[in-house]
Amino acid sequence: MKFLRDTWLVFQRQMQLLLRNPVWVIVGIIQPMFFLLLFAPLMKQALNVDGTMTDARAYQIFVPGMLVMVALFSAFSGFGIIAELRAGVIERNRVTPVSRVALLLGRSLRDVVQLLFQAVLVTLLAVPFGLRVGVGDALLAFLLVGLMTLLLSSTGYALGLTLRSEDAMAPVLNTVTQPIMLLAGIFLPLTFAPQWLKNVADFNPFKWTTDGVRALFAGNPGDDAVWQALAILTPLTVLALYLSSRVFAKSVR
Amino acid sequence: MIIETSALRKSFRSRAGRETKTVEAVRGVDLNVAEGEIFGFLGPNGAGKTTTLRMLATLLEPDGGTAVIAGADLRKNPGEVRRRIGYVAQGGSTWDDSTGREELVLHARMYGIGKAEARERAAKALETFELAEYADRRCKTYSGGQRRRVDIALGIIHSPKVVFLDEPTTGLDPQSRAHMWGEVRKLREMGMTVFLTTHYLDEADALCDRLAIMDHGQIVAEGTPADLKQEVLGDVVSVNVRGEVGKAADLFDNAEYVRKLETTEQALRLYVEDGATAIPHVLRTLDADGVVIDGIELHRPSLDDVFLAKTGRSLRES
Ligand SMILES: Nc1ncnc2c1ncn2[C@@H]1O[C@H](COP(=O)(O)OP(=O)(O)OP(=O)(O)O)[C@@H](O)[C@H]1O
Ligand SMILES: [Mg+2]
Repeated sequence: MKFLRDTWLVFQRQMQLLLRNPVWVIVGIIQPMFFLLLFAPLMKQALNVDGTMTDARAYQIFVPGMLVMVALFSAFSGFGIIAELRAGVIERNRVTPVSRVALLLGRSLRDVVQLLFQAVLVTLLAVPFGLRVGVGDALLAFLLVGLMTLLLSSTGYALGLTLRSEDAMAPVLNTVTQPIMLLAGIFLPLTFAPQWLKNVADFNPFKWTTDGVRALFAGNPGDDAVWQALAILTPLTVLALYLSSRVFAKSVR
Repeated sequence: MIIETSALRKSFRSRAGRETKTVEAVRGVDLNVAEGEIFGFLGPNGAGKTTTLRMLATLLEPDGGTAVIAGADLRKNPGEVRRRIGYVAQGGSTWDDSTGREELVLHARMYGIGKAEARERAAKALETFELAEYADRRCKTYSGGQRRRVDIALGIIHSPKVVFLDEPTTGLDPQSRAHMWGEVRKLREMGMTVFLTTHYLDEADALCDRLAIMDHGQIVAEGTPADLKQEVLGDVVSVNVRGEVGKAADLFDNAEYVRKLETTEQALRLYVEDGATAIPHVLRTLDADGVVIDGIELHRPSLDDVFLAKTGRSLRES
């Protein structure tokens, strides 16, 4: 009970601050817009190997990649917590009896809400370009990227609390997220990749997310990729939340 | 006693290049703070004031020692300690994009206080600390003094029994400092025990009922400001005399109120318990013997003299 109340309290505060500074939301929308406008046409041509590629099909492949990319950015949440550490806000929270896990979860849930907002917007914006997707399929896809955000943002917060400096955080994040991003088949499906690259990519959990989201956008919720994505993401998210909570509880004893 | 600590210790390991060095930040601190007093921690940079406070506020786990704060055991029951204390960090704790009122309401709610009551408490605190005018502006627009007052209001929003203030006035201009002293006294009037740190001598002297002087992680002296100064050697009366200083000095051989006597070429330095009552005696003694007095000066010891006597260094230099 207290834990839920505390989580709600932290979440509310974070939402309030987010809405006050909508510049981040706007940046988060403009970026995928650039991709939709400037990159999607190029990709459509690249995918058009046998001359049968339609706009609808191209965006069903492209938009899922965008959603996973935006979700990947939630790993950068750690920068926010470093700023809060520096301002003394975290320490101020620590001297209260507030639940330590709530301090983490309230923040991560804010990130999930922000991501879902962006995901819905990117999807809607792609419709005039020719995207067609079922509502149920889209909702299930949003659940997948939502889980992914919970996983990555909580990990990002734990990382921020551990490293405690932007200078240490930036190289670590870039080094880790770049191969993950490339190996998730975000821009081009990995069907074009040589076998060894496919084998490596199989170890990237977010490649499975991309595949699952693509299957859903293609209107195949029964595809193996969908349950595989869920089966991989769910335990990983639980594990990440558990470990990050421990880091949180320990460093903010 | 509302705070009792015994042998509190903390050391940090820090890396300098390849070597790891251990800094013994706090080396056995025994403290007793009485309910309702303003207790001060005076010491130079790096003395271990913040480290001690952070331990008492449950933010740092002590390496050794015990503490009981407002009836709760720090090691066994930190959760209960948290409920009973407030803590204001040296570096502040407000978020640029929040308003003072939002910060206060949120902070109160983190102590489990309901929404309506939290709002009421915030409004009252804003009133008490003369912040009502700026309450709904973002914290980044506040002056240093206003921001510091929000910090203090945050520290007491849940009416704790004890409030720790880490350097409440550092960085404020003289007027804001005087203002802040008033606020701190208000806290005492509200029935709170205030434990603050400072490296200002005048602040320790004027504001604190009792204080402990800290240096290199240890307490070197403890008492009321007046007692501490008495302890050094009392007041000094210097008299410039015409003629032979030695002969004038002999006149005080049997004077019981003189603890110690020094002479320079032109002056007598008499260490006495209370300068104000000693001066008439001194004057009478000299006058009776016909010694001509060119000038007389009373020097009351400052806390700096106390620090000097205890550590061999001046607080101003260290
Ligand atoms: N987290 C830490 N890691 C390593 N060393 C630390 C840490 N915190 C404090 N110290 C060291 O412990 C010693 C005591 O520091 P502390 O902050 O308690 O001093 P202080 O009396 O509050 O000083 P100031 O008046 O400058 O605030 C210093 O030598 C400091 O460098
Ligand atoms: Mg300090």
